[in-house]
Amino acid sequence: MTPTRKRRLVMVTALVAGVGLATTLALRAFQENMLYFYSPTEFVELGVPAERTIRVGGLVADGSVRRAPGSMTIEFLVTDHAYTVPVSYTGVLPDLFREGQGVVARGRIGDNGVFVAENLMAKHDENYMPPEVAQALHAGKMRAIERAQQGFPAETESNNGAAVADDSGHAGSSYSGGY
Amino acid sequence: MREFLLMDGYWAYVWGSWILTLVVMLGLIATARRHHRRALVEAARETEAPLPARAAVKELS
Amino acid sequence: MWLWFHKLGSPPYFYRTAGRLIPWFAIPAALLLLAGTVGGLAIAPPDYEQGDGFRIIYVHVPSAYLAMFGYVAMAVAAAIGLIWRMKLAFAFAAACAPVGAAFTFLCLATGSLWGKPMWGVWWDWDGRMTSMLVLLFLYLGVIALRGAFDDAAKGDRAAALLAIVGVVNIPIIKFSVDWWNTLHQPATISKLSAPSMTMDMLGWLLTMVVGYMLFFAAVVTLRLRGEVLLRERGARWIRGLDGRA
Repeated sequence: MTPTRKRRLVMVTALVAGVGLATTLALRAFQENMLYFYSPTEFVELGVPAERTIRVGGLVADGSVRRAPGSMTIEFLVTDHAYTVPVSYTGVLPDLFREGQGVVARGRIGDNGVFVAENLMAKHDENYMPPEVAQALHAGKMRAIERAQQGFPAETESNNGAAVADDSGHAGSSYSGGY
Repeated sequence: MREFLLMDGYWAYVWGSWILTLVVMLGLIATARRHHRRALVEAARETEAPLPARAAVKELS
Repeated sequence: MWLWFHKLGSPPYFYRTAGRLIPWFAIPAALLLLAGTVGGLAIAPPDYEQGDGFRIIYVHVPSAYLAMFGYVAMAVAAAIGLIWRMKLAFAFAAACAPVGAAFTFLCLATGSLWGKPMWGVWWDWDGRMTSMLVLLFLYLGVIALRGAFDDAAKGDRAAALLAIVGVVNIPIIKFSVDWWNTLHQPATISKLSAPSMTMDMLGWLLTMVVGYMLFFAAVVTLRLRGEVLLRERGARWIRGLDGRA
C-alpha cells in the first residue's frame, strides 16, 4: 500500500470512529430526553409534570378495561407488573387493543391523577404464528401450569411446550417494551 | 376468492402495500434502463457517434 | 484470480461482463418474487393476532433489509473509492444510492400501511421510525451532493464522505428497538436466536428476501453500466456499442 493510500485509509477510519464516538456520546447524553414512552415505573418514580404531553407504555392490565355505557370512552390500567397507571381514552381503538396486550398512550395527566390519552397505540410483539400453533402453545402452557399446581416436577416432557412459549414470549402476556 | 381478496378486512392495507411495492420496483427498472440508455447516448456522442447510438438519440427525443 | 480482477477493472470488459450478468440476476429475481408473492399472500397461514394483516411483512421486511444493506454497500464502495481512488467503486456507490433510497421509501410506506391497522397510527416518532427516516434523508443527501458538483470526480468524493459519515446511522436503526422503548417490535429474525416465526410463514419471507436481493443486484448492475459509460465518455471502446447493448 502506498503512503498516500495508507494516509487516506487512516483518515477514513478516523472519520468513522470520530463520528461514531460523537454520536454515541450524544445519544447517551440525551438518553432521558429521548425516552419515547415512560413505563409505569418511570412514570411514577421520575414524576412527570402535569402540563407535559408524554407517552406511557405498558400492558393493559387483565380485567381492568371499563367502558362508560353509551360513549366512546374507555378506562383501563397500564401496568409493568411493578406499578400501574390509570388511563382514560375516547375514540376508536386499534385492532390489537386488548387486555394483556402492549399499549402506548399519548396524552397528559388529568386533575384526578388519571392519564388522559389523546392517542392510543397498540404494540405487538415480534412473534408470528398460525392460530392453531398459538392455541397449541397456549394449551400446553395451561397444562404445564396445572401440573405445576398439582406438584409435579417442572421438567417433565410435556413441559416443553410451555418452555417454548415462555422463551418466545408468547401466550398473550408478552410485552416486548425493553425497559 | 372473495374472502381471499378481503384479507380479513385489511384488504386496502395489504393490497396497497403490494401494489405500491410493484409500482416502485417497475419504476426502478424503468429509470435504470433510461439511465443506461442516456449514458450510452451521451458517452457515444463524445466519440464519433456510431449509427446505432444516433438511432438511440432519435428514439429518446 | 488476480488476472480476472484486473480484467474486471478494465471498463470495456466490466461493461460487457455486467451486461451478461443482468439476466442471471433478473430472471431468478422475478421467479422468486412471484413465488414469494403467491406464498405470502395465499399460502402462508394468517397470524394468530393480526390475521391477514401480518402479510405486509413480506414486502416490508425485505425492503428494510435492502435499505440498510444498500447503504452499507454504498458506504464501503465509497470508502474504497476514496482510499484507492477507484473509479469503479465510485460508480458502484452512485448506482446504489437511488435504488437504496427507493427501498427506504418502500420500507417507510409499507410500514405506515402496516402501522395504521395494527398500532392505530400511520406514523409516530419512535427510535426505529425516526432513524429510518434519517436513512432516507442520508440517501437523498448523498444523491444531491453528488449532483451539486460540476466536476464529477469532486462530486464523487464529497458524496463518498457523506455516505461514510452516515454509516453510524445503520447500527442505530438496527439496535433502536433494543436500546430504547419503541412502538416498533424487536427483530423477528436475528442471527443469535431462532426466528420468532413458524416455518410455513418464514420460508416465504426468506424467498422474498432473496428475490429482493437479486432484484437489487440486477437494477444496480444496470445502473452501474450506465455510470461506467458516463465516467468513460469519449473513450474509444464505446464506439463499438450499439444502442441495445
